[in-house]
Amino acid sequence: MAFDKMELRDIEVWDGNFAAAQAMRQCQIDVVAAYPITPSTPIVEGYAQFLADGYVEGEFVMVESEHAAMSGCIGAAAAGGRVATATSSQGFALMVETLYQASGMRLPIVLNVVNRALAAPLNVNGDHSDMYLGRDSGWIQLDAYCPQDAYDLNFIAFKVSEDHEVRLPCMVHQDGFMTSHTAQGVHTLDDDTAYGFVGDYKPMNDMLDFEHPVTHGVQTEEDWHFEHKARQHNDLMTKVMPKIQAAFDGFEKLSGRKYNIVEKYDMDDADVCVVCMGTSVETAREVATEMRKEGIKAGVVGIRVIRPFPFFQIAEALKDVKAIATLDRSSPNGAPGMLFNEIAGSLYNTPNRALLSGYVYGLGGRDLTKAHLVSLFKELQVNVDAGKVTTQLQQFIGVRGPKLAYL
Amino acid sequence: MSEMKNIKNLKEFSTSADRFEGANLLCPGCAHSIIVREVLNATNDDLILSASTGCLEVCTAVYPYTSWDASWIHIGFENGSTAVAGAESMYKALKKKGRLKQPDRNPKFVSFAGDGASYDIGFQWISGCMERGHNIMHVVLDNEVYANTGGQRSSSTPIGSSATTSPAGRVSYGEKKNKKDMISIMAAHGIPYAAQVAPNKWKDMVKKIQHGFSVDGPVFINAISPCTTEWKFDPKDTMHITDLSTDSLVFPLYEIIDGRELNITYRPKNVIPVEEYLAAQGRFKHLFKDEYKYLIKEWQERVDSNWAYLQRREESRV
Repeated sequence: MAFDKMELRDIEVWDGNFAAAQAMRQCQIDVVAAYPITPSTPIVEGYAQFLADGYVEGEFVMVESEHAAMSGCIGAAAAGGRVATATSSQGFALMVETLYQASGMRLPIVLNVVNRALAAPLNVNGDHSDMYLGRDSGWIQLDAYCPQDAYDLNFIAFKVSEDHEVRLPCMVHQDGFMTSHTAQGVHTLDDDTAYGFVGDYKPMNDMLDFEHPVTHGVQTEEDWHFEHKARQHNDLMTKVMPKIQAAFDGFEKLSGRKYNIVEKYDMDDADVCVVCMGTSVETAREVATEMRKEGIKAGVVGIRVIRPFPFFQIAEALKDVKAIATLDRSSPNGAPGMLFNEIAGSLYNTPNRALLSGYVYGLGGRDLTKAHLVSLFKELQVNVDAGKVTTQLQQFIGVRGPKLAYL
Repeated sequence: MSEMKNIKNLKEFSTSADRFEGANLLCPGCAHSIIVREVLNATNDDLILSASTGCLEVCTAVYPYTSWDASWIHIGFENGSTAVAGAESMYKALKKKGRLKQPDRNPKFVSFAGDGASYDIGFQWISGCMERGHNIMHVVLDNEVYANTGGQRSSSTPIGSSATTSPAGRVSYGEKKNKKDMISIMAAHGIPYAAQVAPNKWKDMVKKIQHGFSVDGPVFINAISPCTTEWKFDPKDTMHITDLSTDSLVFPLYEIIDGRELNITYRPKNVIPVEEYLAAQGRFKHLFKDEYKYLIKEWQERVDSNWAYLQRREESRV
């Protein structure tokens, strides 16, 4: 091995991008094929610098588009080795064709997605439009709320994705700028411990095993396509969650940091709660604590695993609550909103069908303020007291002009 | 060291071990399979192959079957070149890290794609691969049309050809634009080797492929692949049509080394008129109406001019 280890302090001050780049370095990736795009660029820049300084030994291929980046990752992964890259927004959108190809070919690739809005109008700031665009692509999707999560979830991603019973690619999401460019204290693992958790890459159906040639990416029509897709769905539905839970458990033993498929905050006796993702989870937790001082029993449910969707874990987390607000940070463009729909689906056949209302917020990086959440929690309490949803089912928060509400 | 096949004659060539099986779904008379066999048979080394979406891909890897006795990947229409470039990057990484299962092998990385997948939709991906210097060979199976989807024009479709999206009709002679000069564009990347080949001149082709395998860096090969279905000729005439293309100089055979040095590799003893090449194919049938005969004259002038240009470049060594 011709690369140096890096001495890290127990706590480093890193933003989400650099945390992800450090995790990629520690996982000793064999091939990174990448293309720059704001706000994820510093991940691949960081990785390039590690390479230039002799801390990484793999191949770094700077390609001519995000589509080519994922195409190169697919070829490299099929050849048989550890592969990762990063992107955002328009780049993610350009990759979409290849995202389906990567997952359909059952190739374990880790993609750091630094969430950003989708044009038009063009916008470089964080919302969840790109994350939502990927949700039917057959990838596992993990959501980081802060730089620490962005670091830790990369290890989880490789561990689960490369498991031979899973063999599905995995996205690690973090919020553009809010996480990616906000420096915070990040508890580190030393290089050996980090690599030890992920382990050596174990090839399967690798093109570079010349004694066992393989065919990747075949043609199937009505005779076999359905079976392939059904099997992929089956594995996402039945195999992935236990593997994620096992990885979370193992990681907790190693680091003391506990992750959950659904992150509950003050939910034991909560009457009202919000369900959200990304950096909003931390804001909502802070406001929920303040609401309790005002006599509103508020809680927060953060989604940690977006795909596969934690259907039963959500139902369990929300089994006693009386009013729920779902916070979607992507324009539903003519529908109630992804989280609204998924949460409604999770609860519909359960004894507790709490009052459910949806909120659309933060598009293009618009702040979600504590004041927004205070009035939201109060609105939920009004619903609880009235025994019904007193507002329209879908409301927009923080947008200029007359109040927008639908359904 | 690389292991090249020593092929002396056609019999030896046609009976050598095959890594592309005859069991495929390509049309009778399709030149694709001939070209693929000629490329693969040029080496005994291990192969990592890709095919972009197209005739070759849909006809050779229909689950649960495969015609390929070598590792093969298909991702999409535009990115076959990048697929093998990714695999080649992994090979380099694992070689450096000492993790290759058979470290003594010397694999060759080859992507096959049609003209649509190369001249049009995959153009950027191929350019990227050439610019980055991957040790891969990209082979265009150039049938001058989107044959797999039923004969739509590509930027390789020549003037006057009737394609389904540029059909000849009551007031149109078909395709209005000239074929894109892909070899020059690829050579302009400064790649070590770019060449035009034809399956009828198999010795020339094998020599070029073997040279391509011997150089370090990206190689671009443009192979003419007469399409019995879309060019509209009898399946038994594939080689005859190919002969007409090379001997009329419509499809001259040459190579460009390091983006500079151009060598013509085949000079027909008897150059035949372009008209004979056009007359042998249904796609040009309408050009023989009185009102379009001027196009045949223009065709001949264009071919003559290109041949003169190639000779000037060869002579001047630039």
